[in-house]
Amino acid sequence: MSAAPRPKYFMAAMREGLAEALREDERVVILGEDIDRGVIGATSKLIKEFGPVRIRNTPISEAGFVGSAVGAAAVGVRPVVDLMYSSFMYVAMDQIANQAAKLRYMSGGQVELPLTIFANTGPSGGSAAQHSESPHPMLMNTAGLKVVMPSDPHDAKGLMIAAIRDPNPVIYLQDGMLAGTKGVVPDGAYEIPLGKAEVKREGSDVTVVAVGVLVREALGVAERLGSEHGVSVEVIDPRTLSPLDLATIFTSVEKTGRLVVCDNARMTCSLASEIAAAVTERMFHRLHAAPRRVAIRDVPIPFSPVLEEAIIVTAGDVEQAILDVRKDA
Amino acid sequence: MTQTVSLDAYRSMVRIRAFEEKLDELFRRGALPGFVHLYIGEEAVAVGVCSALRKTDKITSTHRGHGHLIAKGADIDGMMAELLGKATGTCRGRGGSMHTVDFSLGIIGTNGIVGGGIPIATGAAWGDAYLGNDSISVAFFGDGASNQGVLLESLNLAAVWKAPVIFVCENNLYSEWTRHDQLTAGRIHERGLPLGVPGVEVDGNDVRAVHAAMSAAADRARRGEGPTLIEARTYRWSGHNLGEEAFAGAYRPTEEQEYWRERDPIPAFARVLTTEGSATSAELDRIEQEERAGVDAALRFAQESPDPDPADAFDGLFAERKEERR
Repeated sequence: MSAAPRPKYFMAAMREGLAEALREDERVVILGEDIDRGVIGATSKLIKEFGPVRIRNTPISEAGFVGSAVGAAAVGVRPVVDLMYSSFMYVAMDQIANQAAKLRYMSGGQVELPLTIFANTGPSGGSAAQHSESPHPMLMNTAGLKVVMPSDPHDAKGLMIAAIRDPNPVIYLQDGMLAGTKGVVPDGAYEIPLGKAEVKREGSDVTVVAVGVLVREALGVAERLGSEHGVSVEVIDPRTLSPLDLATIFTSVEKTGRLVVCDNARMTCSLASEIAAAVTERMFHRLHAAPRRVAIRDVPIPFSPVLEEAIIVTAGDVEQAILDVRKDA
Repeated sequence: MTQTVSLDAYRSMVRIRAFEEKLDELFRRGALPGFVHLYIGEEAVAVGVCSALRKTDKITSTHRGHGHLIAKGADIDGMMAELLGKATGTCRGRGGSMHTVDFSLGIIGTNGIVGGGIPIATGAAWGDAYLGNDSISVAFFGDGASNQGVLLESLNLAAVWKAPVIFVCENNLYSEWTRHDQLTAGRIHERGLPLGVPGVEVDGNDVRAVHAAMSAAADRARRGEGPTLIEARTYRWSGHNLGEEAFAGAYRPTEEQEYWRERDPIPAFARVLTTEGSATSAELDRIEQEERAGVDAALRFAQESPDPDPADAFDGLFAERKEERR
């Protein structure tokens, strides 16, 4: 990579990833509701370069157009679906979980399904219960779907390109809280490999695994705890939630013996629960303290900003969990 | 229509019948695992439709799909092995009766979810059109699936994008165990009319009538004029699934069953072929013997085939990236 680094918005990074994929492969087509305008922003202006045959507006008909993307992928198109909000995934869930995820396996490996679905995910401030879902735990539990969630603009572009180049269904979830964030994004096409976690910050006392916006929060907390409390926090971003790179997490906990997992999904059966269970099962005797899960309480996301703030994961929750896990013997 | 169907179509219908009767026999002996939904009585629909298709055209099939697959050219050795869960099955034993597909023949989805294949066929149609392939797609579904939301969604999407897809509803008069008119309002083939999708009702027990309707719809789709909805009226001789006697009770009047058995599409077509002089009775008898022998051979192949290696259950969930870039 020879390009000069420039800070860009998260949405612009996603858009660059989409544009690179469209440029390098004629088979790539994007479809979704009002994507010529790009309601959330990732597809805006793409229609100017690529036209309405490759940037296709669909009816508000998620099961129909997601299913049609499965069929298009089955004959060799590389469809990319903008589902707008991950909450809308439930409308298309048969096509995602029963069709896209299972067609290759049920066929005995006869087909590749190069399908990417991206959507804004998680609570994003006043969006209320039906635009704030975090469906990644149930997608991780489906078998046959890859699931990615970038935490910064650099990864947002690289994961988008890797997702579209992958010959399998990939669900790409962009944390709504990251839309307004900026970061360095190299020019040109590059990939963040699927299935590989990244140690975002090295440390020796506590391992914090976080996804989406919580990676940012965890990094901020880690800096503060380092300077104010002398606690050395290692922060890991799985980036791909399915298949999950547990090896990187195990290696870190081997070193620290203490684990905090931060997830913007509801606690029950969350990514946080899965990682805490996997670490406990694998390395119980290496742990100096019980792992802590920091996740959303098991209620729908309420509308009132006061109520929403009360249930989502905050930097304060992450900090408290790190201090708690440090206290234990 | 310049070409009509004759002996190949007859052979295909007989092959389906022989295959399904063998499954019935196997199931009653307890020799067939899983759910099995027989296609007996509906053979003229699958054969009438698929005889108007090219090998490169695509179909999505249903839980009652063996007939569609055979009509599209599927190898019955592989199908039988698949139904017995063997390693030599078309899908290596991972799909079974409700999910057997063969992508090399354009059979790109067979669904246990009622209506699940309808949007997939629609997408294959616009996908092939986008890629510049001169292929069309057929979504087979039943009267039960006509009440799924994805039918409306797919009719609409296909209409606005002029996708070369034919929606083929096999109305066999029963949605599982309930008469369709208790569950389904109006006439199914008219459901696309408000969207500008032509609807055709056809005698699903007349293979030439089905072929003619399908050929016209296929020509229209290939000309880029968009989708057609065909409703083929037929009858399901067997129950919804084998083994339903345990709970279903007698829900189909005997007179109704007798009426439809008298309208058996295979002897009906045999009479047409012999009357017009396309074949003698002796030739048709020979075809039937050959096809029954072929099904026996398929069963032997399946029974002698190895089971899958249990470790194989974990293999190949995801495809590996082939081409490396940069």
